[in-house]
Amino acid sequence: MDYISNTPGDIEEMLKVIGVKSIDDLFADIPASVGLNKKTALPAPLTEIEAGDLLTEIAGRNCVLKSFIGAGVYSHYIPAVVDHLASRSEFYTAYTPYQPEVSQGTLTAIFEFQTLICRLTGMDITNASMYDGATSLAEAVFMAVRSGNRNAVIVSDTVHPHYRQVLDTYSRAGGIEVRTLKSKNGAVTAGDIDMLMDDAVSAVVVQNPNFFGCCEDLVEIADAAHSGKAYLITVVTEPMSLGILKSPGEQGADIVCGEGQSFGNPAGFGGPLLGILAAKDSFLRKMPGRLVGKTTDADGTEAYVLTLQTREQHIRRDRATSNICTNQGLCALRSVIYMTLLGNTLRELADLNHRLASYLKRRLVEMGFTPVFERPFFNEFVLSFDDVERVRSALRNDCYQFGVPLGRYYPEHENSLLLCATEMNSPADIDRLVSVIEQTL
Amino acid sequence: MSVIPEDLLFTKDHEWIRPDDSQIKGTCGITDHAQEMLTDIVFVELPERGDQVEKGAQIAVVESVKAVSDVYAPVSGVIVEVNARLEDNPDLINSDPYGDGWLFVIEIKNPGELDDLMNGKAYEEHVESGD
Repeated sequence: MDYISNTPGDIEEMLKVIGVKSIDDLFADIPASVGLNKKTALPAPLTEIEAGDLLTEIAGRNCVLKSFIGAGVYSHYIPAVVDHLASRSEFYTAYTPYQPEVSQGTLTAIFEFQTLICRLTGMDITNASMYDGATSLAEAVFMAVRSGNRNAVIVSDTVHPHYRQVLDTYSRAGGIEVRTLKSKNGAVTAGDIDMLMDDAVSAVVVQNPNFFGCCEDLVEIADAAHSGKAYLITVVTEPMSLGILKSPGEQGADIVCGEGQSFGNPAGFGGPLLGILAAKDSFLRKMPGRLVGKTTDADGTEAYVLTLQTREQHIRRDRATSNICTNQGLCALRSVIYMTLLGNTLRELADLNHRLASYLKRRLVEMGFTPVFERPFFNEFVLSFDDVERVRSALRNDCYQFGVPLGRYYPEHENSLLLCATEMNSPADIDRLVSVIEQTL
Repeated sequence: MSVIPEDLLFTKDHEWIRPDDSQIKGTCGITDHAQEMLTDIVFVELPERGDQVEKGAQIAVVESVKAVSDVYAPVSGVIVEVNARLEDNPDLINSDPYGDGWLFVIEIKNPGELDDLMNGKAYEEHVESGD
């Protein structure tokens, strides 16, 4: 099939076959009164050169923002190798490969992805990826509810607000009761979990580092969840943190879900994202989506295939585990290339993120910003400042994205900003930012 | 042709039940025909002892390399025993569907419900009709 449009001859022939006189006859059911009945106000066609000039001029009006925000989507350097390998035609598809005989490369890459995510999260099994962190959380909750046969979950208010909105939508339809756990001083306490715990609760959901950037005490939280016979679901929105933080699995998590965008995928304007879902072995048959397994082919050679598909929609219809029937193949591929390239350097990179964020925090505190929470953090933290909106909009004019106003999501934190620094914000960048702020004040 | 023992009762969904003489309890499983259709069985999700079920309710799940199938309760009652050997040896259903491959024992709430089930001859016709 080619993409050359139909010739007048083709059109005439097709019209004859279906028995109408003209193309307009096909739209005869639409009342003339609702038609546009005039030419659209589009400009005259341009040559390729003219169109190029026009678009370059429009693009020139953009201001390329220097980002000091994270909040679920992080700006990290993407080595050239990632683009190069991911755009090879053998790999370049967003879809899950159903035919192992022609997809060994992609299947091998997904298998490696699963292995690396298991290692980073401290879990036994990982699926081939989900759409994004938020839907991955919703699926994690459904998985816990299916396994525990109890229909309530306790969710910390330090979990990303967007994730909680998506979870609310899923839960409303799925008959799951969401109990919100109020944090104190930027983190969850085990005692507050106990207050909400009863026989109906199948999981406790916390994020680490949480939406405020603070590290939660996962061991204590896991104990509280487990003593109520509930699972601990840990959300990770910044997987770079796993380079220096103890894995959720080591700290007692049963399910780890969240976002993998940080690894080799651009922040874009918030996407495309890469959902991660990993769990302990016991969830193997409750896990939604695709899993790639290693096996041997008819000749006894190592081979990779999609496995455990029998519970999916195309086989099990309405009784399927989930309605997801694909994965984020290309984003997962980029992330596995990135992780493989970095290897143990991930630890150094994570450490650099933390040191740069610490430097940014120190400089801002020196000039009068106030830390809102006194807790360990990774690459994000919250500061408050009386005149925060004025500073923020002034900086916007200088092409800085200076933090996310926390009051949008937490009314009690008006005048607070959630700030982030990664390896993309060098000490010199931070010094420049500080001097721009000084001029504003 | 699959094996259809004469001393059992059958459902149209290919479950079997072997009631004891007094019709107080019955052992249940899936038929030889069902295991043949499913091919190699790799996992079984069993009910829990004490579960109360209504006739026709989904009670277990049998997973083969090809499909996942629901198993329905042939009669109403309480689950009093489950075949724990299937956890590690689900293939017992393939090798001995009417013996070691049994799924659970149910305490029969209403023996009258047994009259609704098929005998071996009727089940054989049901299988031949291709349903």
